[in-house]
Amino acid sequence: MNPFSSGTRLRDMIRAIRACKTAAEERAVIRKECASIRAAVSDNDNDYRHRNLAKLMFIHMLGYPTHFGQMECLKLIAAPGFPEKRIGYLGLMLLLDERQEVLMLVTNSLKQDLNHANQYIVGLALCALGNICSAEMARDLAPEVERLLQFRDPNIRKKAALCSIRIVKKVPDLAENFVNPVASLLKEKHHGVLLTGIQLCIELCNHSEEALEYFRKKCTEGLVKVLKDVVNSSYAPEYDISGIADPFLHIRLLHLLRVLGHGDADASDSMNDILAQVATKTESNKNAGNAILYECVETIMSIEDISGLRVLAINILGRFLSNRDNNIRYVALNMLMKAVSVDDQAVQRHRTTILECVKDSDASIRKRALELIYLLVNESNVKALTKELIDYLQVSDQDFKGDLTAKICSIVEKLSPDKIWYIDQMLKVLFEAGNHVKDEVWHALIVVITNASNLHGYTVRLLYKAIQKSADQETLVRVAVWCIGEYGDMLVNNIGMLNLEDPITVTENDAVDVVETAIKHHSSDLTTRAMCLIALLKLSSRFPSCSQRIKDIVTQSKGSLLLELQQRSIEFDSIIEKHQNIRSALVERMPVLDEATFSGRKAGSILAAAVSTSLNSVNGVSTSAAAPLVDLLDLGADEPATAAPTSSGGNFLQDLLDVGTSPFPSQSGTTQAQKNGTDVLLDLLSIGSPPPENSSSAPDILSLSQDNKISVSPLDSLSSATAPSVQASSTAMMDLLDGFDPSPPPTKDNGTAYPPIVAFESSSLRLMFNFSKQSGSPQVTEIVANFTNKSSNVYTNFIFQAAVPKFLQLHLEPASSNTLPGNGNESITQKLRVTNSQHGKKSMVMRIRISYKLNNKDVLEEGQISNFPRDL
Amino acid sequence: MIHFVLLISRQGKVRLTKWYSPYSQKERSKVIRELSGMILSRGPKLCNFVEWRGFKVVYKRYASLYFCMCINQEDNELEVLEIIHHYVEILDRYFGSVCELDLIFNFHKAYYILDEVLIAGELQESSKKTVARLVATQDSLVEAAKEEANSISNIIAQATK
Repeated sequence: MNPFSSGTRLRDMIRAIRACKTAAEERAVIRKECASIRAAVSDNDNDYRHRNLAKLMFIHMLGYPTHFGQMECLKLIAAPGFPEKRIGYLGLMLLLDERQEVLMLVTNSLKQDLNHANQYIVGLALCALGNICSAEMARDLAPEVERLLQFRDPNIRKKAALCSIRIVKKVPDLAENFVNPVASLLKEKHHGVLLTGIQLCIELCNHSEEALEYFRKKCTEGLVKVLKDVVNSSYAPEYDISGIADPFLHIRLLHLLRVLGHGDADASDSMNDILAQVATKTESNKNAGNAILYECVETIMSIEDISGLRVLAINILGRFLSNRDNNIRYVALNMLMKAVSVDDQAVQRHRTTILECVKDSDASIRKRALELIYLLVNESNVKALTKELIDYLQVSDQDFKGDLTAKICSIVEKLSPDKIWYIDQMLKVLFEAGNHVKDEVWHALIVVITNASNLHGYTVRLLYKAIQKSADQETLVRVAVWCIGEYGDMLVNNIGMLNLEDPITVTENDAVDVVETAIKHHSSDLTTRAMCLIALLKLSSRFPSCSQRIKDIVTQSKGSLLLELQQRSIEFDSIIEKHQNIRSALVERMPVLDEATFSGRKAGSILAAAVSTSLNSVNGVSTSAAAPLVDLLDLGADEPATAAPTSSGGNFLQDLLDVGTSPFPSQSGTTQAQKNGTDVLLDLLSIGSPPPENSSSAPDILSLSQDNKISVSPLDSLSSATAPSVQASSTAMMDLLDGFDPSPPPTKDNGTAYPPIVAFESSSLRLMFNFSKQSGSPQVTEIVANFTNKSSNVYTNFIFQAAVPKFLQLHLEPASSNTLPGNGNESITQKLRVTNSQHGKKSMVMRIRISYKLNNKDVLEEGQISNFPRDL
Repeated sequence: MIHFVLLISRQGKVRLTKWYSPYSQKERSKVIRELSGMILSRGPKLCNFVEWRGFKVVYKRYASLYFCMCINQEDNELEVLEIIHHYVEILDRYFGSVCELDLIFNFHKAYYILDEVLIAGELQESSKKTVARLVATQDSLVEAAKEEANSISNIIAQATK
């Protein structure tokens, strides 16, 4: 031992690491080792390079960084001796992967080693190439590997065959070069070569149709014979596994036959006998035998139909299914999934057993069985199976409930025979596992409920009873709250009783209790609370006697830290208090949601296009109006990309309200009259702009309502509203309109000049944006904001604030003034500079807030600007 | 195709990892963490397969070690169990009733053997004898080279005295 060598032996290092009591100690030991290895690396120490690399591999396995050892691998590989190369290649495979550039440096060494006189060195190179080669290396070294497929020693031939698999995977174009050499490999006697040759052959067939045809013609007979020989071979100790000679070879042969027989009757026919023999003669008491049977069944299922064989295969699966070994049951379920498409009836026979597997204690088996059951459900057995599954939902594991719920919901949606059954089952699921139900599922349920007008009373009573027992399932609470809000009167008065129901006594206070509990429940989130507020508003009109109590509950949310809730509760409070006369009209029942449109949206159909076309034709409006309503309700979580941004998440309440109040202008008839009396409402509506004849916002709102009182004239003006004049309409409405505005956004001008936009407009204020860009910096946009006062009063302490998402940077310059005189005499200008880091990919959006004092009262206006020209 | 092979001890320590599909260093440690959590927590009587990220992981426990192999959905799970057993038997013959400590201190040997069983995630050899013979030959090549080096250095050492 060299007395000057600093390092410890590998064995000693491992001991030292294992002796560490804490992670910190271990880190210290490793830091020390790494330091000395680094020192050795920089000294270019030859004597201990292989030992250092071995240490590094161990350190790497523990998860520490070892990149500094990569070059050491290359040096060892370039060394002449076998021991150095052996450890060098091992290090290469462990420390590097195909994506590292360093790997390219090794190509030359590999090439030399592939041509080395020592066959073990050739073997090392082949192994490394097979495990980590990249596409470029594959291209460079394919000729060498191809040549080695004919090497004299079979052990090199088999390595070369597997290496070729990697090469073909990386560069599929090279497949054809390997076809001929492989054909000769398939005739070999050496099991290793045969085994690897077959695998390469399968890979080639996957990549090239021509190769598949070639092998099908030339090799099918030969392979059938090889399989026969293997099946009938006498005891061979070298390959024997529990009484079967080389099950690996069996399985590979069956796999290749499956590839060759698939879609070809002649080839399938020629393997008929041997498959029958394997299926009947193979011992099934050991894993090896079962593995062969399993492969054989898969082959029988995939090749062309041969009478009798499939029956045999399904019987084997039936036997597997009743096996006590969990592994065997698992693969049986797996294979039965494939068998369903071949022979549904045969699989149906095992339905009860499969259903038992859904309740197995093993998560893997449960999951497989559930997938399978899902395939087996049809019109005739849906009721029985759903009952079983829902019953099991009560006792199933918490982490399995998600999967199970999703599948049940999907089954119920797909195959429900009638609405009452659908509603019953969905409510049961909500009751048992409401927290696992996806948003689109309960949205769909609400759509179905609104459509089943004869079941409104039944449903709301059922929900009332359910929520008494289970207040923790969020989606159950939401649906119940929604239904109580809509159909509260039917709940209290037992309207629409079905024969099968027992009458229940619910007072108005009981109904309000439910909503109150829900809004105060600690686990309720924003959506639930928002829905509760709406329900309360609706109930205040449905139950006049509880009006004061409801007002108190609503008032409690005034202090909510969530802006949305706070704002709405203030608004609702004033509706309840000050606007008794219009309240009942405001909170009328939701119009029936169109099922077809909703399911169309769910299917991701191009709703926006459909709606915009129907809006163009005046007659189409009343039928299509339901779709925007769904939009506004935010019932569809899967927004099409073109839909208006307002209907997502945070603005939920506002959207609801927009719809809720929209009948109002049409009912009170004269729009002028509202303007003075209901400023609050106009704010709520965020229409803002006074409804003069040329504004398109009012008719648009009208068009949203399904109220039959809509006169013809607004409808007429609607068609003009979809014309370019839309751009000038108020922003809030712009958001809504975006979803179904057929006219392209106003960005068609020549590249650099952008038309000014009305960024925000309310009854009292208008904000215009003028854009300019400096040449050379396309990401930066200069915006000049112009504020105009539309009222006759002076606004003081005028402050404009803006916020942008992370990909934008905003710089606000001081405003020209903080006082805004009335009647639009003067305006305030303020410069903004926005830098768009996603220029060309994302367009700008901005939230704004404007505060000012009007007669010494604070006024706050907010909005979102999303009608920026697209390529800013 | 086998995407990777993992040997994990019952305490969650990694004893061997072999990646046949590209995973970055970060992904590798994430995979190991996820799988050891999933596999070590499974009871003894359950089946040997877990579904994971659209793949299947076949595992088998031998004493304190879990041998895991990740395969495609459509691969034959039962056969992979046999491959695991095949590898374990070869290890057993090589070390003479193998134990975890053998694999810790001779981890490189375990890798050499694995490289004779699998290449590119596919089975290379179904004969245990052949694998044993190939590994033994290569070991003896290394021994011979060492002896030679020693003898030469001895000669030089003597000559320079």
